[in-house]
Amino acid sequence: MLEDKDRIFQNLYNDFGADLTSAKQRGDWKDTKAICGKGREWIINEIKASELRGRGGAGFPTGLKWSFAPKEVGSRPHYLVINADESEPGTCKDRDILRFEPHKLIEGCLIASYAVNAHKCYIYIRGEYFNEGQRLQTAIDEAYKDGLLGKNSAGTDWELDIYIHYGAGAYICGEETALLESIEGKKGQPRLKPPFPALIGLYGCPTIINNVETISVVPTILRRGGKWFSSLGRPKNTGSKIYCISGNVNNPCNVEEEMGIPLKELIEKHAGGVIGGWENLKAVIPGGSSMPLLPKETCETIKMDFDACVENKTGLGTAGIVVINKDQDIIKCMARIARFYKHESCGQCTPCREGSGWMWRMLERMAKGEATRDEVDMLLDVTKQIEGHTICAFGEGSSWPVQGLIRNFKDEIIERNKFDPIVKKQKDIPYLVDQHLLEKENAKT
Amino acid sequence: MAVKKISKVQPEKFEFSKKNKETADSIIKNYPSGKQQSAVMALLYLAQKQNDNWIPLIAMKYIAKYLDMPYIKVYEVATFYSMYNLTPVGKYFFQVCTTTPCMLRGAYNLVDVCKQKISKEENRLSEDGKTSWLEVECLGACVNAPMLQLNEDYYEDLDPTRLEQIIDKINNDEVPQPGSYRGRLSSEPENTRKTLIGNKNA
Repeated sequence: MLEDKDRIFQNLYNDFGADLTSAKQRGDWKDTKAICGKGREWIINEIKASELRGRGGAGFPTGLKWSFAPKEVGSRPHYLVINADESEPGTCKDRDILRFEPHKLIEGCLIASYAVNAHKCYIYIRGEYFNEGQRLQTAIDEAYKDGLLGKNSAGTDWELDIYIHYGAGAYICGEETALLESIEGKKGQPRLKPPFPALIGLYGCPTIINNVETISVVPTILRRGGKWFSSLGRPKNTGSKIYCISGNVNNPCNVEEEMGIPLKELIEKHAGGVIGGWENLKAVIPGGSSMPLLPKETCETIKMDFDACVENKTGLGTAGIVVINKDQDIIKCMARIARFYKHESCGQCTPCREGSGWMWRMLERMAKGEATRDEVDMLLDVTKQIEGHTICAFGEGSSWPVQGLIRNFKDEIIERNKFDPIVKKQKDIPYLVDQHLLEKENAKT
Repeated sequence: MAVKKISKVQPEKFEFSKKNKETADSIIKNYPSGKQQSAVMALLYLAQKQNDNWIPLIAMKYIAKYLDMPYIKVYEVATFYSMYNLTPVGKYFFQVCTTTPCMLRGAYNLVDVCKQKISKEENRLSEDGKTSWLEVECLGACVNAPMLQLNEDYYEDLDPTRLEQIIDKINNDEVPQPGSYRGRLSSEPENTRKTLIGNKNA
């Protein structure tokens, strides 16, 4: 277990207050000038050495991402964009950072902007987090007043301005290119990649986009050294992470823990156990709603980090853990997630726009026991036709949970929907089968 | 679910108040020159706030002129994002989160209370015309589920009885205290905190 002194977010539960004075007492804004003084190369190398992986869901190495930004500023300015459009069901970590640790984020913005040569930083906050945005704005104003932002930010001789841009209730704007479209004042529909935003991003300029949690841990990593960060967890899955445990647990909570902590420990120790006891556990969604669920057997042993989750055919995602116990109807839970994706599909690519609705309607019928046995395979087929056939990863995000359900609970679905289709594929009723195929069959014999 | 239906009753005139004009101009300055279109989302919010929490078509036309962009682009944005109301909503607008993490903890019981105490269907004004409610997708406070958003504030850790009390207060034009209704100050585990113990009550 992570020791308290190694926790980055000391004010996760708002024990101290989020203002600048108490943030400074906790060590924020300490030696920011010295850190920037060591130069861009050093910062990027230190982040690379820490093996920090993006906390927004995809887990892309942050140091590598920063090194994609052009080294010299050409005719186009560089931008840093912070993704605070946290909408993944089960995830509420960024909200606590915005509320209680805004100065970690702002300091991270300064260091990251310096590292990628950006003079302007936009923080894209989802519209529902209006109060959290106001709190962040207060913190930004404090920082300007104290000379930590502006012309000569924190004495680093670097000019940085931070602006907040509110979203308006679109999940898809959490996708980085959709987010850029949204900042440009358009519908949030993802762009094709390549070109990647690091070269052509916001207003066609080089743009680096990072999650709130990723940026907020950067100052602490640089102060304590990349080696310290990489000593936590295991190689390629280093550091600490805020886990959000929600659903059927006795004490739902956010907790910062070391990467690779066993899922059982998180649930039993921090969240007070599953309602009705561990034996009452049915399944766990480990990384926000778009990751396939895990059956109870896997939950006993799985460790929560990127690679271990992939080995178990799921993903760490945003580490939003949703616990589902046996009192719940698992098919109904997944049907509700499918409805979420149907609602949030941006409508740009046909497989996703139409398929997400199909999946929802089929799952609703399966939950009621109105589907036929055949439809389970048909549903799986629909998910396969969405996955990989869309511009952004939303297609995967919407089809993986359904695939996870079918992979682990197929028997239960069939148990409930066991009657045969009305139209049977029988050769002896020729008017009900495809005549054309039938003729071919006949031709063979 | 948010319905993107344009209201049949539309006002004839819309103009930003003087204060909103100042705010709008300062928001436009946040973006590079020539990229004033970026401010469209923020300006739609301003218009929505000024016009009793919904956006009439004339306001979209006004914003289009204000930002020197085609009207259809503003219309696109206003209809794409779910937080822009294109028909009148209640002065007190309840948005109940019913996505799976909230559903697991009984969000649909809250929906039942809304159906009973506000209006039978979502997107309908209550009898006195002051309140309305809506089922929305994840609001990002899953650890404090079930929860709802009343105008801009989050009301967390609810149960049907507490929601009934909240609605009763609203009907008397009192705004109840936002935040957790089980006394939690943040998303810490209730009574069983195992981390950052040294910081407690610091």
